[in-house]
Amino acid sequence: MSDDYILQMRDITKEFPGVKALKSVNIDVKRGEIYAICGENGAGKSTLMEVLSGVHPYGSYTGDIIFNGQTCAFHSIRDSEAVGIVIIHQELALSPYLSIAENIFLGNERATAGVIDWRETNSQAQKLLEQVGLAENPQTRVADIGVGKQQLVEIAKALAKNVKLLILDEPTAALNDTDSDNLLRLIMDLKSQGITCIMISHKLIEIEQVADTTIIIRDGATISQIDMKGDDDHSQERIIHDMVGRPMEHRFPDHTSTIGEEVFAIKDWTVHHPIDTERKVVDRANLNVRRGEIVGLAGLMGAGRTELAMSVFGRTYGTNISGTVLKDGHPVETRTVDQAMGQGIVYATEDRKRYGLNLIQSVKENITSAGLTKLAKMGVIETEAESTVADDFRQELNIKTPTIEVAVGKLSGGNQQKVVLAKWIYTDPDLLILDEPTRGIDVGAKYEIYTIIDALADSGKAVLMISSELPELIGVCDRIYTLCEGRITGCVTREEATQESLMQLMTQEKETDN
Amino acid sequence: MNATIKDIFGKNLRQYGIMLALVAIVLIFAFATGGKLIMPDNLWSLIQQNGYVLILALGMLMVIIAGHIDLSVGSGVAFIGAIIGYMMYTWQLNWILAVVAGIVIGLLMGAWQGFWVAVVKIPAFVVTLAGMLLFRGLAQVIAARTMAGFPAGFNAIAGGNLPHFLGFLPNPFAGWLIPTGSPFAESLDTVTILIGVIGIVGLIVTGWRTRARQIQHGLPVEAMGLTITRWVIISLAIAFVTFILSMSVSGTGLGSSPILLVIVAVLILAYAFVMTRTVFGRHIYAVGGNRNAALLSGVNTVKTDFMIFVNMGLLTAIAAIVTTSRAGAAVAAAGQSYELDAIAACFIGGTAVTGGIGRVSGAMVGALIMGVLNMGLSILSVDANWQMAIKGLILLLAVTWDLVSKRRSTVA
Repeated sequence: MSDDYILQMRDITKEFPGVKALKSVNIDVKRGEIYAICGENGAGKSTLMEVLSGVHPYGSYTGDIIFNGQTCAFHSIRDSEAVGIVIIHQELALSPYLSIAENIFLGNERATAGVIDWRETNSQAQKLLEQVGLAENPQTRVADIGVGKQQLVEIAKALAKNVKLLILDEPTAALNDTDSDNLLRLIMDLKSQGITCIMISHKLIEIEQVADTTIIIRDGATISQIDMKGDDDHSQERIIHDMVGRPMEHRFPDHTSTIGEEVFAIKDWTVHHPIDTERKVVDRANLNVRRGEIVGLAGLMGAGRTELAMSVFGRTYGTNISGTVLKDGHPVETRTVDQAMGQGIVYATEDRKRYGLNLIQSVKENITSAGLTKLAKMGVIETEAESTVADDFRQELNIKTPTIEVAVGKLSGGNQQKVVLAKWIYTDPDLLILDEPTRGIDVGAKYEIYTIIDALADSGKAVLMISSELPELIGVCDRIYTLCEGRITGCVTREEATQESLMQLMTQEKETDN
Repeated sequence: MNATIKDIFGKNLRQYGIMLALVAIVLIFAFATGGKLIMPDNLWSLIQQNGYVLILALGMLMVIIAGHIDLSVGSGVAFIGAIIGYMMYTWQLNWILAVVAGIVIGLLMGAWQGFWVAVVKIPAFVVTLAGMLLFRGLAQVIAARTMAGFPAGFNAIAGGNLPHFLGFLPNPFAGWLIPTGSPFAESLDTVTILIGVIGIVGLIVTGWRTRARQIQHGLPVEAMGLTITRWVIISLAIAFVTFILSMSVSGTGLGSSPILLVIVAVLILAYAFVMTRTVFGRHIYAVGGNRNAALLSGVNTVKTDFMIFVNMGLLTAIAAIVTTSRAGAAVAAAGQSYELDAIAACFIGGTAVTGGIGRVSGAMVGALIMGVLNMGLSILSVDANWQMAIKGLILLLAVTWDLVSKRRSTVA
């Protein structure tokens, strides 16, 4: 046979009570190549990988997994790891207070009769770290290194298990561009060492960079398996089309803003790091947003975008904050979240699961959580009015949920994000600061979020949108500020902005000391 | 759009499950004790003996939902009981003033602990562990020797009945289900019956009005059959308890409602309202479910935490009054392990160990399950040490079942 398949999955069908998550999925994976799996959230990508890695044990699905020519029956992750299949989840599974070396060999300790051989552990860890290109002492605590490096530790851990097929679930979602590039380079490096890789990703650019084949899954079925290096049409348009099942001629809705008076401005805004109090995280920043305007804030990770936003929103970040917040031209205090909300300034976080939502509470209770006092008389909530408000938002923002009583944690990322937006829209703010409003959500839902943002601007609200995706900022914003090392380095209009010009401003070093 | 039966039961299955467990335990013990468990006097004692758990569990529920714990309530009961006792015994203070003073001290005690937890941000486990030692110590200082002999008015809080100002009704079952010449009254206390009737009418009227308002707002309503079924079941339960109590002869020798039952019932209704209908209640769930998200949604988490502990102090004071009144004496050793009873009631009742989830009805049923077990096992003359061991296993079983059923529902 000319084709050497390391893995074949045949007619994989997996049902959850009431839902068919996978419908007879077939994939073929050639040895030593890189595969990308694309699909909207809820399409079944993660379920497929969970079947492959034994998270869903043999017997809970139908179909065959053929690995290295053997039909496999994995009952747990241990079984799949034993044959060399290792999955690295989006949320890293490292123990923060253990060292890098201890993490690499966690569950797989270099030990004799239960006694750990530290010399062996550290020297082997050192070798693995060299292999993944991470220049760190193996005895450093994992908590003391950044997310990008932690991702590399995860890969080193997989290598320690003698991995043959490495599965990465959205590996670059939490990484900045430099770390992403490093990681992608490493994946290609592993390929040259004969390790096969399957990568779940939303980022079409990186798929184009590294993948040999892209597998597209929609509604629990394989739609296409595209050869990225051959003659197949592997344009972004094709991939998006296959993912959403309809042509995406416009990734951004057409929108013309009607811009009014200045609503919000900050003058000489300086914020210091909460622990390293000498360090300036935001340095004399000035910016403004006008009524009906969508303003972008671009910056690399660590530039101080979120820190700037949160320091304005009730000083929820930073110490020793100085400068002025102007609302409708008048200086105002926003020292607490309550004060900021009182001034009509709200902030929707980039990390909706940790800071935005109460996942175990219902859609309804999350939507009304910030504006609850509007529904209460003498501290007593008018429950029927509350349900009406929540249900109106469900319809208006097209939140896909069986009822508004469902726990918000059960919704998909895009729908969770709509709940976050609904929560803030209900407080009727003048300025919405949206931090990465489309992070981790699929193409179709992104479009819906853009439509909501446009509608907010049309209703006379000012929007300040933070994003790492430059095409998104250029596609949605009227004006874009760039931030580098806590300083505003530029402000360009939509017409002037290109990805290149923004990137240049975002990496503009400090010119002179003054 | 009508909500389907699955919607309703799916959401509340855990609640119905725990209520069914209570009914099952009652039936098992009623059978095993040859009906003694549901004799009027035993039902009366059940309320008396478990009043304190029901009261403390209301506060503990809020503490646990907010993600805290309070280990000091048992010591708090002894401390406040000692102060009230001292005031009435040594100072000969009017008992009403002593009760008011006890409540004020309870609030201060709660504010003290709330200050350390909410403002200084010391973990509640540590703060209340310190409180447990502190208040027990103070109780021993104040009640160095037992103080007894309180005014009759004070003793009636836990031991007395409502007066029979409406006279009696003939017992329709006398001579039929109730043998003639039995120790139980052949007449029923009208006040007790009236309270039961008000309860049933109130249930149906409020339920009906909620339904009407939901329809008016175009919201989904429960299937009518389901609503009626629930009303019938709850009404029967109320009617049964009322009927039994109206025959109980404890205290006065005539059928009657314990005053304590009225106190507890008012508190339960009030706290169920606070937790489901008020901004404060909602904030407790929000803080417990995701503290950071609550903070960033404008919830004053410091105030919420503080008020939860002040409230716990208030309920500790009420429990102290009830306990001291029931014992007729202030003892330094009072309230031993009450905190654990209250915590266990919450967990058996489905309150999440990690916070954010829990209901008043669940915690109350949890407390009653423990109470019925205690009483049933006592009637069967099971050794007290074995009783404790059995309660431990029940607690473990209940929480295990809770977690397993939750795991099953998240897979779906």
